[in-house]
Order: sequence, then C-alpha cells, then structure tokens
Amino acid sequence: MNIVACVKRVPSTEALAVLGGDGKSLNTSDMLFGLSFYDDIALEGALNLKESKGGEVTALSIGSAGGTKEMRECLAKGADKAIILTDEHWMERDCRSTAKVLAAQLTSMGADVAFMGRVATDRDNAAVGPMVATYLGWACVTDVVELEMGDGKGTAKRETEHGVETIEFSLPAVITCDKGLYEPRKAGMKGVMGAKKKPLDEVAFEDVPNQAQITSVTLPPPRPEGRIVGEGAAAVPALIEALQNEAQVL
Amino acid sequence: MTSLLLLVEHAGGNVRRASLEAIGAAQAAGAATTAVLYGEGAAEAAATCGATQAIVLTGEGANSPDAVAAKLADLVTSTGANGFVAAATSAGKDLAPRVAAHLDAVLFTDCIALDAAGDGFSVRRPWLAGKAIAELTTTGSALCATTRPNVFAAAAAGTPGDVSEVAIDATPKARVVSVEDKGEAKLDVKEAPVVISGGRGLKEPEGFGILEDLANAFGTAAVGASRAVVDMGWRPHSDQVGQTGKTVSPQLYIAVGISGAIQHLAGMKTSKTIVAINKDADAPIFKVADYGIVGDAFEVVPALTAAVKAAKG
Repeated sequence: MNIVACVKRVPSTEALAVLGGDGKSLNTSDMLFGLSFYDDIALEGALNLKESKGGEVTALSIGSAGGTKEMRECLAKGADKAIILTDEHWMERDCRSTAKVLAAQLTSMGADVAFMGRVATDRDNAAVGPMVATYLGWACVTDVVELEMGDGKGTAKRETEHGVETIEFSLPAVITCDKGLYEPRKAGMKGVMGAKKKPLDEVAFEDVPNQAQITSVTLPPPRPEGRIVGEGAAAVPALIEALQNEAQVL
Repeated sequence: MTSLLLLVEHAGGNVRRASLEAIGAAQAAGAATTAVLYGEGAAEAAATCGATQAIVLTGEGANSPDAVAAKLADLVTSTGANGFVAAATSAGKDLAPRVAAHLDAVLFTDCIALDAAGDGFSVRRPWLAGKAIAELTTTGSALCATTRPNVFAAAAAGTPGDVSEVAIDATPKARVVSVEDKGEAKLDVKEAPVVISGGRGLKEPEGFGILEDLANAFGTAAVGASRAVVDMGWRPHSDQVGQTGKTVSPQLYIAVGISGAIQHLAGMKTSKTIVAINKDADAPIFKVADYGIVGDAFEVVPALTAAVKAAKG
C-alpha cells in the first residue's frame, strides 16, 4: 500500500503568542517548533499499517525549504521517504489552499490512504483532512480512536459528544487521528542514523492562492485581576457569596 | 439579504443548545437562516428551531458523513444561500470542512464573532487555542464557518415559516453502523455551562469522585481534566481541557489541583468566571482566576459541594 502521513510543524504548545509588527501576524522568531502533537499519532498510524499490510510510508508536509528537522524525525521513526512541498508562506496558507495542494500531491503520488492528525495545534482548524478527502472523492473518518484496516475497506471508531460511533469506510481514505489511537514510537539511534540516508525531497508545487485574508491579529484582552478569597474550607462562604452576587453564575 | 444554511443538531426532539447558538450567530450577523436537520426526532426538533425555514433530510444516506455533506452543499446552492454554518461540535467539525470543499470555499472554524451584514464576510477566531485572536475575511463567494459553543446568544425557539423534506440517495464512502451510547447523557466539557477540572492535585484517579459530586451539585456541569492526569490514564482524553485537548468557554470554570501550564490556560482562559483551588499560592492558575482558594482540594471541594447544594436549595 502507498501510505502517506501528512504532518505539520507548529509552535510548541508552551509557546506564548507575540504579535508581529504588521498587526496581521505573530512573531514566531522566538518560538520553538516541533511536529504537531496529533501528527505524531498519524505517523504512527501510517507505520503501523505498513507493518501489518506492507507498503511504503511517505511523510508529507508543506513547509519552508530547509525545514527538515521534523521530517528527519519522521524518517528516523520509520517513514521510508519524506517530501516537503516548499512554501515560504506556509504559515499563512489557509485550510482550503492547503487541502487542494495536498490533494494534488496525493493524486500524483498514487496514495491509497492518508493519515493526518485530528487537528494541527496552531490554527486549530481540524479542517484539512476532511477537505482533502472531499476534493479527492475519498472516504474520510475524523477523530479516530480505533482503527481496523481490511482489504479495500476498514472500520474506525470516532469519539463524539453522544458516544463512540463505529464507521465502515472504503479505501482510499483519509483518517484523522485522535489521542489514544496509537502511542507514537520514539526514534532509536539506529533509526536516527538510517534517516540520514533516506530520501528527503524538497518539491515546488503549483500555488493555490488563499481565500482567507487576515485583517488583524490581536492578543486577547487580559483578564481582570482576580483575588484570593481565603484559605481552606473556611473560604467557601466568601466564594459562594462572590459567585452569587458579583459573578452571578450561581 | 444574506442567507445561510445551518446544520442543526438535536436530541430527544430538542435542538441542541450549541445549534441554537449557531442559528443565533447567523441571525445576529444579519442573515436569514435555513436549518437542516436529520436523524430520529428531526421533524419534531425542526418545528421549534427558530430558523426562517427548515429542511429535514431523510433516507439511508443520512448515516453517511460524505453523503450528508454533499447534500448540504447541494442545498446551499439550490436554496441560493451565501454559505454554511454549523456549531463546532463533533458533527459540525466533521461535516463543515466537507461542505466547504464541495463549495470550494475556505472554512473558518470555532468562530467567536461572525459578520455577514455588509458586502463581504468577516469573522474572528482564536489562534493557538486562544493565545491570539485573528480577524479574517474571505475573497471567496461563500461564507463557511463553525461557531464556538457558549459564545453566541441562542436563537429564540420559534416555528420556521416552512418545513420541507429532502431525501438523500447516495452511495456513501463511509457510513455510521452503530453508536455506542454513553448510558446516561454525559455533558461534554465543550458545551457544559459549568466545567470542573482536576489535575495532579487530586492525587489518584479516585480523587475525581469529589469533582463528580460537585458537578452533581451544580446539575448541569461536566468534569474536565488536565493533560497531566489524562497522560497518566486517570481520565479519558475526551475530558482534556487545553491546547492538545478541548478549548472551553463555560459560564463557570473551576480548576482543582491544576497548577496552570500555558497549554492548559490557553484552553480555558475565555471562561466567563474562573475559580481556582490549589494548595500552592504561587500556582500560575491563580493569575487567570477571578476567585482563588488556597487549600487542600479534599478539604475545600466537599465544603463547596455542600454550599452549592444549599445555595441551589
């Protein structure tokens, strides 16, 4: 099977937001970047499928030329090759444009299945997976917590507010991975050494202009200063009083 | 006038609050609304949903996310709507990107403001789980958006001017074959008006019992959890609040034994009122809390539960 894990590098979840000078961006120069949390689970899904059904795993990303650290990490964990669709404006790319670029790439690669994270923890859209599937006319199951792959089809469980749904789907498909689906592996020393010899291609692509236009980026207003109402159980009456009369939430 | 098609979810014949808020958001943005409902009890829920008009989807295809999404996109076109809006729930987040792709439109997710009154559309939405807020417009012709629960005022109940039925006949690529019921209806942390979250300070999984008791005292409350305790397997990931879990904006958020890592704060900082209970007076959680109690959770929370019960009468 031709298996693809679509991954993205994002600011660390511990990063603080700092505004860029133009009022329309964030200053990311001091931010640490890494593989998006759920994309690590997506890669694990791809590797897992290869190990059970055979095939080849490609780690695919849209990113800046030279942004290879995360892709080497994917290779070290077991991906057979990596492709970066090079784009100096990758951080501003909207979900529609991203989906169209990825869909075109998946088509040209002849992919059978694409694993993605449930959401990228920067723009938090959770949109690219189902959008790619729709542009390709593929099946898609989102927020997957359990997966069984058969021949040309599969069964997945997804978590919703009203309970766990069991979904049968046909291949090709996009699977977006939630926490709990797989425990991502760590790269071993042998993997890290081997990754240096695996192909990591930087590829230009035909641009799809953004529809989304950023008017402004601001920081949320700071919360008004709070107060400690007291210590221990003795403070409970003061808290109840504040919740009833000041905050009026009780 | 702008008009928007909306996915409207329901349970037991009643429209879900998050959907009423989505309708409210579309109305406040200056749009006429067409509600689309499907599933058991859809006709009953449609009758009071408050939208300008309603469409009930029928047929086998209603079990398939791809078939439903294709039909929703068809309906946007056939009703002459200017776009599609859903609440940012499991179903909304799953379907809206597909509808947007069918319409070849960008999707704005988890919006906290919508404006469709003027020539174009504009939205406000969080970035980095709320560490920053972006204001966006689209060069596309359609507005596709999901609305964050607990942000917009709910639409008033009302009978739509017209309720019609549309059948979905499609060959689905994926279909729901079963839904494992959670048993008693469990409120999701994203939609609950009161969220009580626990962290490492609860010492062990069983420690969450005192939070469940407090949640029961409130009646309409959900119990959330920090990343640390979810990683340790004490609580399910569906309860996790934070940047790698769920972002919540309840009326009242009570953090118990949670120190307040940046990624947790990002997920709950937009709550209306925040209460923190923590042994450590220097814990960062107190910096975002409106009210804090320094003390041991096992002493403070049971006292709070008793007081909430008394206050609720």
